Amino acid sequence: MELVLKINDLRIEFDTFEGTSQVLDGIDLTLERGDTMGLVGETGCGKSITAKAILRLLPIPPARIVSGEILFQGEDILKKSEEEMKRVRGKRIAMVFQDPMTFLNPLFTIEEQLVDVILAHQRGNGSGNEKRGMSRKDAVKKAVQLLGEVKIPQPELRIKSYPHEFSGGMRQRVLIAMALSRSPQILIADEPTTALDVTIQAQILWLMNDLVQRYGHSVLLISHDLGVVAKVCKRIAVMYAGNIVEDCSTAQLFRRPLHPYTQGLLSSILTFSKREGEAQGIKGIIPDLIRPPPGCRFHPRCLRAMEVCKEKKPAMIEFEQGHWVSCHLYHR
Amino acid sequence: MPDQLLDVRNLKKHFPLKKGFLAAHHGSVRAVDGVSFSIRAGGSFGLVGESGSGKTTVARIILRLVEPTGGEILWEGRDICKFSDSEMKERRRNMQMIFQDPHSSLNPRKTVFKSVAEPLVIHEGLSGKKLRKRVEELMEIVGLKREHMFRYPHELSGGQKQRVGIARALSLQPRLLILDEPTSALDVSVQAQMLNFLESLQKKMSLTYLFISHNLAVIRYTCDMVAVMYLGKIIEMGKTETVFSSPKHPYTKALVLAIPRPQAEQPEKMIYLEGDIPSATNIPPGCRFHTRCQAKIGKICEEDEPTTRYFSDGSQVDCHLYRERRTG
Repeated sequence: MELVLKINDLRIEFDTFEGTSQVLDGIDLTLERGDTMGLVGETGCGKSITAKAILRLLPIPPARIVSGEILFQGEDILKKSEEEMKRVRGKRIAMVFQDPMTFLNPLFTIEEQLVDVILAHQRGNGSGNEKRGMSRKDAVKKAVQLLGEVKIPQPELRIKSYPHEFSGGMRQRVLIAMALSRSPQILIADEPTTALDVTIQAQILWLMNDLVQRYGHSVLLISHDLGVVAKVCKRIAVMYAGNIVEDCSTAQLFRRPLHPYTQGLLSSILTFSKREGEAQGIKGIIPDLIRPPPGCRFHPRCLRAMEVCKEKKPAMIEFEQGHWVSCHLYHR
Repeated sequence: MPDQLLDVRNLKKHFPLKKGFLAAHHGSVRAVDGVSFSIRAGGSFGLVGESGSGKTTVARIILRLVEPTGGEILWEGRDICKFSDSEMKERRRNMQMIFQDPHSSLNPRKTVFKSVAEPLVIHEGLSGKKLRKRVEELMEIVGLKREHMFRYPHELSGGQKQRVGIARALSLQPRLLILDEPTSALDVSVQAQMLNFLESLQKKMSLTYLFISHNLAVIRYTCDMVAVMYLGKIIEMGKTETVFSSPKHPYTKALVLAIPRPQAEQPEKMIYLEGDIPSATNIPPGCRFHTRCQAKIGKICEEDEPTTRYFSDGSQVDCHLYRERRTG
């Protein structure tokens, strides 16, 4: 299988007024062609930072890439120039964000914004096999076609609308259309349905699956919601306080969660009713990353913490085929 | 009925639209369009719905933060819509609200102490040692430490802020607590704790809850009765277990199936609703759900509003599929 993205030991710090926050503590991630991977975690785990780091969207300073590499099709993203990154962003790696309203310019029609994106990658794209100087007319045609792909009804009419005339679900479809307009190898979606109603969310998740079937791009879906990730992703990486604690297939995660944090997350999921059993939370709160706990960052909240957990950070080991976990409980 | 603490009857709220804004024949936003339900003392009632359903507006009307356009709200048998401002001020002690976003419902310039003490100062005129003692008791009830009293909101976590909001709401010993999306701003692991805490609090303090949420899992976990709202009307209501395990209305069915299931196997038979939720300024004629309904019968759905059908298990539904009584 072709390796599309490989992150090696990525460490990122943020300089804040109160001190240096160690937001990413050496993460490893692998994405193969056609993979749909979910990055799951709660506040402060570093999932959004990881996504932005991949696209070099982090403000440096106050962010600082301490070490590590992000290999995209063999080339280290962190070593590229800004000019080179412009050819990657939106074209080879595209991103869809959480709130569709803030990512569409309210003063321009959908048509203008889509055409803008389609034509923006015409100059100096360097890949050689693009139609140089696509005419505006052709760009509009392509834009209408894209809106049809994301199932917007009567796209040739609706394209003339302004963002505020579209509902949240439709705006998100437009953003997905924009993201896919240049046929990227990777689509990163950061909480794409969190701001949407649940029936609209179901539509959008169905659409994402449909698009992956048809175009075969890889997906990195970031969410705090295990249910959302389960609908789209075949693999899940669970993050906690700047670390990936478990990395396995969706089936493996639900059948046999290994890391105590993953188990805690699953037990936090609400059951059908209280009568069926109480949902447990996870005691304690997310640690301060300026002075993170030594050793395993989860140990203060872990019901199964041992002495070694307070001293040494556990390495990531492959417990069973394709199922990786970072926890001293599983060290032989 | 003697043990109905709150009895809402045919509640309506229409917001007028300015002239010239809409060419439509309806000149208003029918946010709440004839809603009736009752909550028994000690119960947990859930109001569930998506954007534009009107559920938050219903909550605001019950507290008379917004005046209804029509209908009655009976509190222990008396219509509070007819109360004067001073009578209402008294009544407000009995019903309090926990707001959705703990980060914005606390005054950032007030310490925790000041926020929790405020209702006691206004309604009971407390001060000094007596005030301090009451606040400390409340802090203990919600599981916060004494030292938290002198912190400012930004020094607390989301879950802690939510608890401060609860302490404040409990200060006047209300009988009804309206919770508007109390856990949607919290992390998953904290959410479970918060809901378990709310349940034990209810028992300890003999509270009645009105839970408002778009999150069916939260409602399913905490409420014994639920009403599903769509575009200003209740389209199905009944015991939570019944409504969620055997939904009658096509919208409820789609809603239940739409909940993303955190499990490896996804349900095979999904219902995907076509299109978007219509705007409350332009409510479809007939059954307001017909534009997206997967089980639409025909013209009857486009032209006639369904009448409520009642079932022996205490549930009810507004849908033409149930227009004829089943015999045998």
